[in-house]
Amino acid sequence: MNVNQPSERQKMTFWEKLYLPEIARGLGITFKMLIGPKMTIQYPEEKYHPGGYYRGRPVLVLDEDGERCVACGLCSRVCPPLAIEVRAGETEREKERYPVKFEINMLRCIFCGLCEEVCPEEAIVMSKDLEMVFENRESAILGKEKLLVPVAQLQDRLEYLRMHQYYEPPARVQDA
Amino acid sequence: MELLVDFLIGFLKALIVLFLVILPGASGAVYFERRIAAWIQMRIGPNRVGPYGLLQPIADVIKLIFKEDIIPAAADKRFHFLAPLISITITVAVFAVIPFGHYVVINGEPVYLGVAPNVHVGILYVLAMTSMGVYGLTLAGWASNNKYSLLGGLRSSAQMISYELAMGLSIVALLMVTGTPNLMEIVEQQAGLRWNVLYQPLGFLIFLVASFAETNRTPFDLPEAEPELVGGYHTEYTGMKFGMFFLAEYGNVIAASAMMTTLFFGGWQVPFLPELLGLQEGSVALALLQIASFTIKVAIFVFFFIWVRWTVPRFRYDQLMRLGWKVLFPLSLANVLITGLVMLIN
Repeated sequence: MNVNQPSERQKMTFWEKLYLPEIARGLGITFKMLIGPKMTIQYPEEKYHPGGYYRGRPVLVLDEDGERCVACGLCSRVCPPLAIEVRAGETEREKERYPVKFEINMLRCIFCGLCEEVCPEEAIVMSKDLEMVFENRESAILGKEKLLVPVAQLQDRLEYLRMHQYYEPPARVQDA
Repeated sequence: MELLVDFLIGFLKALIVLFLVILPGASGAVYFERRIAAWIQMRIGPNRVGPYGLLQPIADVIKLIFKEDIIPAAADKRFHFLAPLISITITVAVFAVIPFGHYVVINGEPVYLGVAPNVHVGILYVLAMTSMGVYGLTLAGWASNNKYSLLGGLRSSAQMISYELAMGLSIVALLMVTGTPNLMEIVEQQAGLRWNVLYQPLGFLIFLVASFAETNRTPFDLPEAEPELVGGYHTEYTGMKFGMFFLAEYGNVIAASAMMTTLFFGGWQVPFLPELLGLQEGSVALALLQIASFTIKVAIFVFFFIWVRWTVPRFRYDQLMRLGWKVLFPLSLANVLITGLVMLIN
């Protein structure tokens, strides 16, 4: 018997039961929306410029003294759709290893950002690039020459990553 | 000979109304429906085809014409074909008695603006036509041989019967005030802002709600409730047959708006302005002014129909029936009673 008893909050006042004043109120709200500002971006003419939060095409960071990547292969290992292929080589530079081959298959990439998250060198990050059009399958596999982006262009994302670190070191116990 | 001339004038008027009022009106309503829906949802809406997207309805119609016409194998082909025709014919027929303006004097004889605005049974004719409109929907639902279509058709007939009563009774009260069912005379009585809505506010409210139900518009668009019935009565219709239902819906909206304008908001009457400008009764300038006045009033109502559609969610079926039978029907009866009492006292 006690199934559909309206709760105290659901009970309506007389004016609400009349329904028409509430409809008038709703009409007022929709009219405000009608003349208010619009959210639409007229895409080809107007471009969307996302902030550092945006996970677009994954790219390799290019410092002044060359690429950061040390070809550890963690990104390739963590990538859920197996989109990344890395082959390591030796180098005379201090970091000793570098990727001879680094390919991301953009047909596979799901923009999850795990590669960026797992990278110990902050060498692969998600860029703001959202316009990815390929005319055939071969051109969708991006090599190093297309992946390397100067660090200056990636400042927004790098800053964002530092502010929102996924892993926070446990807080030290303060001495009393 | 005179009969032939009368017939030709009537036929010409009908053509003018069809091609200059109903078709552009309906396509304009479709355009503004989409535009206003978008604006209310903080979008922009169709703006790519032609200036401001104004050619969008034409593009839509061309698309509809070129689509494949699918008739379900188990459908009743005759009625499946007939249903959209009934819908559109009846919608167009309503416009015959609506007065768009008073009259223009040509060769010393008044030519009334409207196909047959002086029909003595004007309101009855409109009521008859709107209640015939349900045949189109019900037949479409039945002939499609699809349970969703059938449910949509059934709902539409049940809804029409429920709201026709309230609508009829609200008009009865109005007829008691006006004393004539002739639409032209009703408009003539409303000269100088003596609009019927001032004498029949409750009647207008009932008529408004009932006409939302009669035209199958949200919040009473149960015959085509997408979440429950796929497409409702027009699930099995494609191409221009679907287009005809679509056209009929917007034609009905315009017809209902025109009826509300005519019955309650002074029709083509332009308050004060003709006296100020010194316009002659029967002159072309005054006629144009009257048509403009009528158009503006109708456009405001069409806007209201669209505005409400994007504000109020759809009723549940039992709520719809309860509102029709337990609220609007007694209210309209009470309205008739009160109107009668007031007239008796005066």
